[in-house]
Amino acid sequence: MNIHEYQAKQIFAKYGVPTPKGKIAHTVEEAVENAKELGGPIWVVKAQIHAGGRGLGGGVKLAKSLDEVKQFADEILGMTLVTHQTGPEGKLVQKVYIEDGADIQDELYLSVVLDRAAEMPIIMASTEGGMDIETVAEKTPEKIIKVQVDPSVGFQGFHGRELVFGLGITDKVQQKNMINFAKKLYTLYMENDAEMIEINPLIRTSEGEFIALDGKMGFDDSALGRHPEIEAMRDLSEEDPDEREAGKYGLSYIALDGEIGCMVNGAGLAMGTMDTINYMGGTPANFLDVGGSANAETVAKGFEIILKNPNVKAIFVNIFGGIVRCDRIANGILEATKLVDVHVPVVVRLDGTNAPEAAEILKNANIKNVIPATDLADGAAKAVAAAKGE
Amino acid sequence: MSILVNKDTKVIVQGFTGKEGSFHAEQCIAYGTNIVGGVTPNKGGQEHLGKPVFNTVKEAVKATGATVSMIFVPPAFVADAVMEAADAGIELAVIITEGAPVRDMMYAKQYATKHNMKTIGPNCPGIITADECKIGIMPGMIFKKGNVGLISKSGTLTYEGANQVVKEGFGITTAVGIGGDPIIGLSYKQLLPMFEADPETEAIVMIGEIGGDLEIQAAKLIKEQITKPVVAFIAGQTAPKGKRMGHAGAIISGSAGTAKEKMEALEAAGVKVVVSPAEIGKAVAEVLAKK
Repeated sequence: MNIHEYQAKQIFAKYGVPTPKGKIAHTVEEAVENAKELGGPIWVVKAQIHAGGRGLGGGVKLAKSLDEVKQFADEILGMTLVTHQTGPEGKLVQKVYIEDGADIQDELYLSVVLDRAAEMPIIMASTEGGMDIETVAEKTPEKIIKVQVDPSVGFQGFHGRELVFGLGITDKVQQKNMINFAKKLYTLYMENDAEMIEINPLIRTSEGEFIALDGKMGFDDSALGRHPEIEAMRDLSEEDPDEREAGKYGLSYIALDGEIGCMVNGAGLAMGTMDTINYMGGTPANFLDVGGSANAETVAKGFEIILKNPNVKAIFVNIFGGIVRCDRIANGILEATKLVDVHVPVVVRLDGTNAPEAAEILKNANIKNVIPATDLADGAAKAVAAAKGE
Repeated sequence: MSILVNKDTKVIVQGFTGKEGSFHAEQCIAYGTNIVGGVTPNKGGQEHLGKPVFNTVKEAVKATGATVSMIFVPPAFVADAVMEAADAGIELAVIITEGAPVRDMMYAKQYATKHNMKTIGPNCPGIITADECKIGIMPGMIFKKGNVGLISKSGTLTYEGANQVVKEGFGITTAVGIGGDPIIGLSYKQLLPMFEADPETEAIVMIGEIGGDLEIQAAKLIKEQITKPVVAFIAGQTAPKGKRMGHAGAIISGSAGTAKEKMEALEAAGVKVVVSPAEIGKAVAEVLAKK
């Protein structure tokens, strides 16, 4: 789960990580009120959406008067912001963060993520703040300092020294500030079961203080149960409604831009099915894993969600029954045809536990539009042909 | 021969009397797995599925001599269960549970390693040595005995791959589902050399997916140490960037962890890489014919 910049900064503040003062606003009036309270003389008006690159897309503006705060808040609230991370459809801005303008001497970069190979958190820092870190990694990898922190001992003095000397910080007060900053960030990463924290840019003021000018945080979904205060920060409007709806029924759904709807059990096989459709000249319309406890209701729901997508010209149901028994899926397909108008051809491949019973159920039901397939290759080929109207 | 487990392996079940634990333990017993007991706190002294129940893993190990534990406890208790098993001297823990927090696994795996306990999973179908021992949730009937070892991050792709291998007239020595989480126990790097050393295994199928770099590490190891033919499939060639594809670990972060980079690394290491899981069986037949 991801959260907004202003929410990340609330967590930072709780841990004593320095951030500029700011307040969230949902309306232009609120934005102006916030600006008055902050006092000025300059403010930054920032669109709050779950995507990077907001500045380039026109979602971050520097205001030098209350009139400008009003003008920019009016422009930004309600705009559809398109950045390199939102996709071409962009995202609707419903909140703006009004923040004190900062005195920037230079811009740095700091993040904490899981190093999957080392199986521990890694802190990454760079003097190249304000730039996309992937670009820095590609062009000047020597400018990224990486420090692994073993959670069994936590953040030690040497981790801090590696960071500050790597960043070329020579002033002793600044060294101490940066080490404290990084240590707090590591602590809040661990204590909140974060998946990643990225501060880009982290600025140095002319007084040598370090401040988180931006903040991005993601959390381990599996750990949200023990962090109700973070779960409460979930912004449903930032999530795809179909993915969310699917999640309620234990289905894992992701929309893609192709023509063949997929309903599969198991994440690996679901991806493998998409890959096979692609390999055979078709295009997958979605990823859908019906999970380990699929029943008639969840399968019917799966059809409903797949069929909401107007691009879908055929559906490929590919089930290898282990825990999920094929007869259950077959019953689900029957049920779905009663609940939903399945107006496109459905290619069905059911293999594994109770496959013969499933075949019998489908045969006896004799539903129009259902095309049986013998294996994965056969099913994918038939689905591709059906989508082309063959 | 096989790797890690066989018909003599003594297995206990943590979370034995729960719904999932009971259902799958019963299936494992029916398959022939030597399940010698189980652990559920406060149910010690009872009998379940005809096997003794213990309050702690230590008691279970002392009474039964078990060396392997199959773990079915709820996600929030996985790390505790893994550490308890390690502390009791269990040699291999097979963690089936999906949804264990990553931070918990960070600590639990370190603890297991310190106590010389191997782990498989979490979020995996388990391990099966055909016709001998099934420790997990896979449908046993697919895994006919044969000469192909299988390592997979995905449950259903394990079944799909094994089924094709069998349809081509071959079979499985041992199949290991290593799981799709960001932090997992045994992976390709440890399992490939085991299959290399197993005299019955003549070819190896490895099934990977987007996210992380375990497959890249595997490619390096295959180039240096593995002489047996390897067939590989990497799921997620058509997966979009930055989206978690069902498994907690299946995500392309930035531009890292793509199927393409993994497939290229494996190909460069001499692995027979297939672009669709539908080709796994045929590819195995091909590499075995060349031998």
